[in-house]
Amino acid sequence: MSPLLTVEDLTIGFRNSPAPVVNGVSFSVDQGETLALVGESGSGKTLSCRALLRILPRSATISSGEMILNGRAGGIDLATLSERRMRGVRGNFVSMIFQEPMRSLSPLHRIGNQVVEVLHLHQTISKSAARQLVLDTFDRVGFPDPERAYDAYPFEMSGGMRQRAMIAMAIVSKPDILIADEPTTALDVTTQAQVLGLIKEVQREIGMAVILVTHDLGVVANMAEKVVVMHRGRVMESGTAQAVLTGPAHPYTQKLFAAAPAIPAETQPAPPMPETDLILDIKSVTKTYTTRAGVPWKADVHVQACRNVDLKLPRGKTLAIVGESGSGKTTCARIALGAERPDDGGEVIFSPDPAQKPIIVNRMPKAERFAFQRKAQMVFQDPYSSLSPRMRVIDALCEPLEIHGIGNRSERRDRTVEMLRTVGLNPDMLNRYPHAFSGGQRQRLSIARALTLDPALIVCDEPTSALDVSVQEQILNLLEDIQEKSNLSYLFISHDLAVVARIADEVAVMRSGLIVEQAPPETLFHNPQHPYTKALLAAQPLPDIARPINLKLVAQGAGAPDSWPDRFRFDDMSVPTLAEVEPGHKVRCNV
Amino acid sequence: MNILKYTIYRTMTMLLTLLVVSVMIFAIINLPPGDYLSNQIAELRATGQAEGVAKAEFLRQEYALDRPLWEQYLIWVGFAPGPNGFSGLLQGDFGWSFEFDQPVSDIVGDALWLTVLVNLAAILFVYMVALPLGVVAAARSKSWVDYSAAFVGYLGLATPNFLLALMLFYYGHKYLGLPIGGLMDPQFEGEPMSWPKVKSILIHLIVPTFVIGTSGAAAMMQRLRANLLDELGKPYVETARAKGLSPARMLTKYPLRMAFNPFVADIGNLLPAMVSGSVLVSVVLGLQTIGPALLAALKSQDQFLAGFVLMFVAFLTLVGTMISDLLLMLLDPRIRYGGRDQ
Repeated sequence: MSPLLTVEDLTIGFRNSPAPVVNGVSFSVDQGETLALVGESGSGKTLSCRALLRILPRSATISSGEMILNGRAGGIDLATLSERRMRGVRGNFVSMIFQEPMRSLSPLHRIGNQVVEVLHLHQTISKSAARQLVLDTFDRVGFPDPERAYDAYPFEMSGGMRQRAMIAMAIVSKPDILIADEPTTALDVTTQAQVLGLIKEVQREIGMAVILVTHDLGVVANMAEKVVVMHRGRVMESGTAQAVLTGPAHPYTQKLFAAAPAIPAETQPAPPMPETDLILDIKSVTKTYTTRAGVPWKADVHVQACRNVDLKLPRGKTLAIVGESGSGKTTCARIALGAERPDDGGEVIFSPDPAQKPIIVNRMPKAERFAFQRKAQMVFQDPYSSLSPRMRVIDALCEPLEIHGIGNRSERRDRTVEMLRTVGLNPDMLNRYPHAFSGGQRQRLSIARALTLDPALIVCDEPTSALDVSVQEQILNLLEDIQEKSNLSYLFISHDLAVVARIADEVAVMRSGLIVEQAPPETLFHNPQHPYTKALLAAQPLPDIARPINLKLVAQGAGAPDSWPDRFRFDDMSVPTLAEVEPGHKVRCNV
Repeated sequence: MNILKYTIYRTMTMLLTLLVVSVMIFAIINLPPGDYLSNQIAELRATGQAEGVAKAEFLRQEYALDRPLWEQYLIWVGFAPGPNGFSGLLQGDFGWSFEFDQPVSDIVGDALWLTVLVNLAAILFVYMVALPLGVVAAARSKSWVDYSAAFVGYLGLATPNFLLALMLFYYGHKYLGLPIGGLMDPQFEGEPMSWPKVKSILIHLIVPTFVIGTSGAAAMMQRLRANLLDELGKPYVETARAKGLSPARMLTKYPLRMAFNPFVADIGNLLPAMVSGSVLVSVVLGLQTIGPALLAALKSQDQFLAGFVLMFVAFLTLVGTMISDLLLMLLDPRIRYGGRDQ
């Protein structure tokens, strides 16, 4: 029997550019099977899967190849099908879910309306029958109240719920193939685990094939039966997931695996971090944000972004704050840098030099703030928007020195050259603009900019989450090298435990503004105590077929705090203390 | 959020704002030294026409212009009794126009609905031209349709309105026999409404509508095109395509809805522009709208007429913003439920 979908020698090129961006790609999928298209940005994986639906950007064209779809469609070539008949394929035989659930649904139309549309487009079905079918599908994808979801607008839902709505939209007409383009990249790790689990279940039920586009080898190990590794528009390696994941043959695949961060399987508890010679001491910091209601008959809304946070960062060490969106980790970082003032009672003490009087960050006079900024710098998440596109590299890197009046023109230039060397860039690039650099190079520039003032502390806010794995690896290495060389201290904000496992000396896990567990990473991975930490660990997709995601543990810890076992529960009023269960290992629980 | 509750709340704040605006308008109009009548009296005395002075003095007393400014204000609005008891804006007495020697309501009454008519025609013209052209230009961006629409649009933007008016009058009269100037044939002025009068007004409207509308249409078309192009690049459009929607359905159901918001928000500016926007054009075209009257009133310190027109424009502005806010609430659920607990 021929496979459900056979892609043969697919080549896609852009108008105005001679070199094809997808070059002779071939793969096939059988019914009920999951194929993973793996690759880094620019590998052509997304274009390849969009070509299946022929929803390519306007300037891209399929220049050769065929894509034969069997199954219900009965042997048609998607590459040459007329646009009109192609519309009958989209959403009907082949459907797709996208990376950004936040933006992939129209904000102005009710969820039910957007989903039921698919049925009316492709089937003759009565209104009430269609509605019922959609409600059943909503129930299937895990909406607790399908009727309510039907009438809800996307902005009323969390990211995970929206992605469930997208899945409902994609499966409501029971397609033969579901294309999932990085379906969980924009989601929190526990939500990712649940959504991946859902896709798998639904696939088993409907018997559809799934083409999963991803950059994450961990996701591949958890989902795929077949793997196609792409690089610069070509297939590097393909085969069963078992074969590719356990014994990657192509050097590129091997490189990818080497770069993928992982939580170590076996760890021994580490000694606690010393608490002497602190460079940063955050003492019982709480931050309340107030949203004004805007109309007189409503009360203002107060949100506590972080509550009673105590963190100590010894000189030359790395303290990581880990948490999902809304956990308060970024607020902590901003408070540590004096960008945000904590509520009364909290205190942030910064001592860049043990010989001098420490700075009280939360009430610095202007002059002191100026001096403070020399010693504490930040590296941002998105290297694409954190560098001004209108400033040359040399201007961007000299600016901090100019602001602080350090050196003359040539000295500043020398300093910039030195910084570029430090971060592994060629000083020839000084006169270029940021657009001429790749994501990883831009992040190096960001780091260089933070380093020019010779700071003692750098706050890294998710510095690698916008980067490809292999680049992430390089940036982490760079950060470690610099730390070793100049005894820098890092406050490292991340959502990724595997990244933290590499770089941190101590990890604080945050949830709903509270630190729920705190320990050196080895101790934390060896003996996680808190249900939420356990859920985070269980949800982390690892590039190892033998260690799949444990959905049960995820479900136990990822929910609201009142679904946790009694001794861990907290609400707005009562919060258990952060108790030390073993040396250097604190857990928020009633002992 | 409860729309009714919100409407009431907005109406209350609107009234408060109007009060503040009335103070400011009155203050600004009275900023230059003297008033229409004292200027006139001074002029009459200088030319030795004593009999006119008595009449002017009488009017000054009749309209309380001899009292302190704050008292004048209270009388004007209708909070305090004037020489003839309570008769201010609140009581529906808009005062006397010294320049035209008529009650303000008489001058304004006729001009007002002609103004609204001219500008409404222009706005309809703007929407009818700009909407389809903007959508087509965005859907077929960087094609000949787009380029020619943009060319015509920029031509409309770049040509001064009055120049366009003069050209259209000349060629419209020469080739199509269109009338020049005015809003109706002279014999209908002051006549009750009749079928030939309506016809005459409609024919006279053609050139003004076109003149006032072109630049607006060009600007709106470009904005709609830009908005729509922005929306077309968003992921939800891709989702809609991946469902199998036809391009036309997809375009009208999703991105067009989104691209509309700025235009609804614009209604707030449209209403006052209906009165004050076409002053220059009205003067050039000789239209009997309220614009020229306002201009004359401001120049000669005809304070009751100027004050009323300005109050009216302020009122329209506030009503306009309120309408657009309410419409936005109806159109965009994110605004409607902005305060709903999640």
